[in-house]
Amino acid sequence: MQLLLFYLFGSLALISGVVMIMSKRAVTSALNLVVVMFCLAALFAIMEAHLIAALQILVYAGAIMVLFLFVIMLLNLREKSGLRPMRQIIEQFVGIVVLGALFIPLVVTFDLNAVPGLVARTAEFGTTRGVGALLYTEYLLPFEVASVLLLAALVGAVILGKTRLR
Amino acid sequence: MITINHYLALSAALFVIGTVGVLTRRNVIVVMMSIELIFNSANLAFIAFSYFLGDMVGHVFVFMVMAVAAAEVAVGLAIALAIFKNRETVDIDQISVMKG
Repeated sequence: MQLLLFYLFGSLALISGVVMIMSKRAVTSALNLVVVMFCLAALFAIMEAHLIAALQILVYAGAIMVLFLFVIMLLNLREKSGLRPMRQIIEQFVGIVVLGALFIPLVVTFDLNAVPGLVARTAEFGTTRGVGALLYTEYLLPFEVASVLLLAALVGAVILGKTRLR
Repeated sequence: MITINHYLALSAALFVIGTVGVLTRRNVIVVMMSIELIFNSANLAFIAFSYFLGDMVGHVFVFMVMAVAAAEVAVGLAIALAIFKNRETVDIDQISVMKG
């Protein structure tokens, strides 16, 4: 059952990713990326990463992609629908095949049993409590630094977005 | 029976698709979306390792990656909008020179 769900969501994510890089309009690309985000959230849920699956939908699909769509709307480009010219699509396919041939055999022959440190999953694996227990004790510094980073990004985005008042 | 190699292969495939998108697309917004796809493939690899090794550090890392991606998208899109206000184009071939 899990294998079936993996193939379903995985192939949907791959197809949407390929359509995302091959379509002419930016809106089509953005919506296909939202589909990829949802498929990845489903895969995270299959892997018992419940908090991260919920955050993937809330943060990535619900905030970041909405921001992308707002910006695409504000740019208001006049684009025709459809796929890009056939020559560019073939170039992209060739690029995917060549890079994939370099990369994928490396990960497919990876042997997990050769890695030390395999422990059994606890009952709190992937829950908010489990992530929080790590985040607020051992990884407190990255947590605080991330909040400073978000503050800096907020200030930067506001300044960059201001129209000059003459 | 799913092994970690399934998830790693999917992560590698998404990474490759994102990389080809960064290299071949000319619209700066689509380039940034391809970068987001690369981030997501890395997140999938983190969660897969975390699941199969039983260590929840991967989840914490994904948390950090999401925070960094949100910050990067906010600032990057603000820059893209500022450039569009100035140059009237989002074609990266035409905004490749900082002069003017």
